[in-house]
Amino acid sequence: MNWQLLPQFVVTGLLLGGPLALNALGIVLIFKSTYIFNFAQGQMLLLGALTTWWFVVVQGLPLWLAIILALILSAILGFLIERFTLRPLTGQHLLVIILMTLGLSQVLQGLALLLFGSVQRNFPQIFSTTAPYKITTPFIFNDNNITIILKQNLVWSFAIAILGVLLISALFRFTRMGLTMRGTSEDHELAQSMGININRMFGISWALAGIVATTTGILLATSSGLDMSLSVIVLSAFPVVLLGGLDSIPGTIVGGLIIGVSMGIVSASKVPIVRDMAEIVPYILLLIVLLIRPEGLFGQKRIERI
Amino acid sequence: MSILRPAGDFDTTYAHDLRTIRQPWQWVLFFAFILALYTLPLYANQSVVSLVNRIGITIIAVQGLSILTGYTGQISLGQAAFMTTGGYISALLVTRLGWSFFISLPAAALGAGFVGLIFGLPSLRVKGFYLAMSTLAAQFIIPWFTRNAFPDILNGAQGLNVQVPILFGIEFNSPQRFIYITITVLIISTIAAYNITRSRLGRAFVAIRDHDLAAELLGVNPFKYKLQAFFLASVFAGAAGALAVHNIRHLNSETFNLIDSIIFLGMLIIGGLGSNLGPIFGAIIVELLVEWAILFGPFFITIFPTTASGAVQALRPLFFGTTLILFLIFEPRGLAHRWQLLKAAWRLRPFSH
Repeated sequence: MNWQLLPQFVVTGLLLGGPLALNALGIVLIFKSTYIFNFAQGQMLLLGALTTWWFVVVQGLPLWLAIILALILSAILGFLIERFTLRPLTGQHLLVIILMTLGLSQVLQGLALLLFGSVQRNFPQIFSTTAPYKITTPFIFNDNNITIILKQNLVWSFAIAILGVLLISALFRFTRMGLTMRGTSEDHELAQSMGININRMFGISWALAGIVATTTGILLATSSGLDMSLSVIVLSAFPVVLLGGLDSIPGTIVGGLIIGVSMGIVSASKVPIVRDMAEIVPYILLLIVLLIRPEGLFGQKRIERI
Repeated sequence: MSILRPAGDFDTTYAHDLRTIRQPWQWVLFFAFILALYTLPLYANQSVVSLVNRIGITIIAVQGLSILTGYTGQISLGQAAFMTTGGYISALLVTRLGWSFFISLPAAALGAGFVGLIFGLPSLRVKGFYLAMSTLAAQFIIPWFTRNAFPDILNGAQGLNVQVPILFGIEFNSPQRFIYITITVLIISTIAAYNITRSRLGRAFVAIRDHDLAAELLGVNPFKYKLQAFFLASVFAGAAGALAVHNIRHLNSETFNLIDSIIFLGMLIIGGLGSNLGPIFGAIIVELLVEWAILFGPFFITIFPTTASGAVQALRPLFFGTTLILFLIFEPRGLAHRWQLLKAAWRLRPFSH
C-alpha cells in the first residue's frame, strides 16, 4: 500500500463516486416506478453529453443555454422511449423488458455513432482546470504533511451530483407527484385502481431519468473527456445501484461513495496487479453483495408467494 | 400445435413415440441437408463458407444460452465471457502444452463449464436482473483476468496466437476446411441440446423457469438444476469459444465482448425462446442482417459525410437493436413460433384452423 498517496486516492475516489451516484440515481428512478432496469442509461448519458457538445461547439450557443436545451431534449427522448418501446411491453416478462433496454442501448449507441462519429472530443470546460483546491491533511509522512490536490471540476461535479440526488429524494418525499410515484412503484394495478395515471408516471420517470442522465453525462464529460467509451464507464453504476439497493434513492449516494472509495483505495496499492484491479473492484463488490445481501444495503426485501 | 403431424403418422410403440425423425422422407431430407452442409466448400465461394462457419459457431454458443435462458429462465449476460474462458483454455493447452486441438476442445468445454458454475453460484440467492448483474460481473472479471493475470502465460492484452489444428495430416487452416470441424461439433451440440431439453433434466429446467418456488415444492431442487443449466450453457460456450479461436487463430480479452453477449440474447429472442429451433433461426437471421448491414455503409456515408468513421460502425448496433426492438414488440415469441404457425397452416390447408 502506498501510504503517501492513499489519502489523495481515497478523496479522488470519493469525488468520483458522486457522478456514479447520480448515474445510479437515473437507473433507480426508472426502476422504482416502473420495475424496469434501464441498461440504456449509459447511452442516454452519452447522447446527452454529445448534444450539449453539439449545441456549444458546433452551434456556438452559450453554455447555459446549451445545457438547458440538452436537458429538455433528453427529457423528451426519455419520454419518447417510454411511450414507444416500453409501453407496449407493460406487464411482460422480465427477460423481455431487460432485452428491450439492451436493444435500446444498441440503437442509441448506433445513433450516437451515426450522428456524431466516434472521434474523441474536447468538451467545453465548465470549471477552471488551472487552480485546483489544495488541502493540507494532518497526516504526516516523511516529516511533511500530506497535501491533497482536488481538481475543481471533480469537486463541483461531486457537489452537483449530491445535490441532484438530494433534490430527487425531496421530490419523492415531499411532493404530491413523488407520492403518486411511490404509490405506482408499490403496485402498478393497485395504483391504477386508486386513480393514479400510471402511464403518465412512467413517462415522467423516464423524462426525469433522461434529465439525470444528461446531467451526469455533462459532469463526466467535463472531467474525463467525451467519446464513445463514456457509455462503458457508466456500466460501473450497476454495482452502485445493487449495492445501495435497487429501489433506494439515498442508497445511490452511499453505494456511489463506497464504490468510488474502494476504487481509490485499490489504485493506491503498490502492487501493479492490485492497482489494475481498480476497474473490476465494483464487480467484485457486486458479487459479494449479491451473495450476502441481494437486496442491497437499503433496498426493500420482497417476499414472493406462489 | 406441436401435436400436428402429417396424416397417417401414428405412434404404435413407445419407441416410436420417442422418435424425433418420424418419417422416411424426413430421414431423406435430414441426410440430404447434412450432405449439403458437408459438401458446402465444394460449390460455395469462400465468403459464403466463412459466413456459414461463423454462423455455425454462433449457433453453438446460442444453444448454450438457450438452455440457460430459454429453458431455465436464468438471464445471462456472460455467455461471451465463457467463450473467452473456453478459447483461452484451448489456446493454452494447444500452444503451451502441445495438445491436439481435438483433445483440447472438449477440455475447453469442460473447463468453461466449471468456470460457469462459479458464476452460477449467486443463482442460489438471486434471480431476475440480480442474476443478470452477476453474470455481467463475469463479463468484466474474466476478460480482466486474461488481460492482467499471469502475463507470462496469458500474454496480457496482446493475447495469444494459436497454430493450425491438424488431424490425420490434414491442416484445418482456412474456413473452407475448418467448416468440417464446425459442422461436426454443431451436429453434436444440436443433438445434445435437443435431447437435454426433452429429458427429465429439460423438464426440470422448464419447471424452474415457469415458477421456481412452485418447482421447488414439487420436489425439483432449483439450485441443483440452475447450476446444471449454468454448467451446460458454459460448456456450449466453451466449445464455441475454442472453435472460434482456432478458426481465426488469435485471441485476446476483447475477442468476445459484452456486445456479443447482448447479441446472443437478442438472437435467442429473435429466434424464439424455449425452442430448439430458436438459436438456429436467431443466429442465422442476425448474422445475415449484420452481414448485409455493411452493404448499407456507402449509403449511410453519403447521408452523414461528416461522421463517416462512425457511420459504418453504427450500422451493426443500429440494425441489430432495431430488429430486436421490433421483434420484442410485435413477435416476442420469435421466428420459431412463426415457423410452427407456418407448419400448422401447411398441414391444415385448405382449412385455416
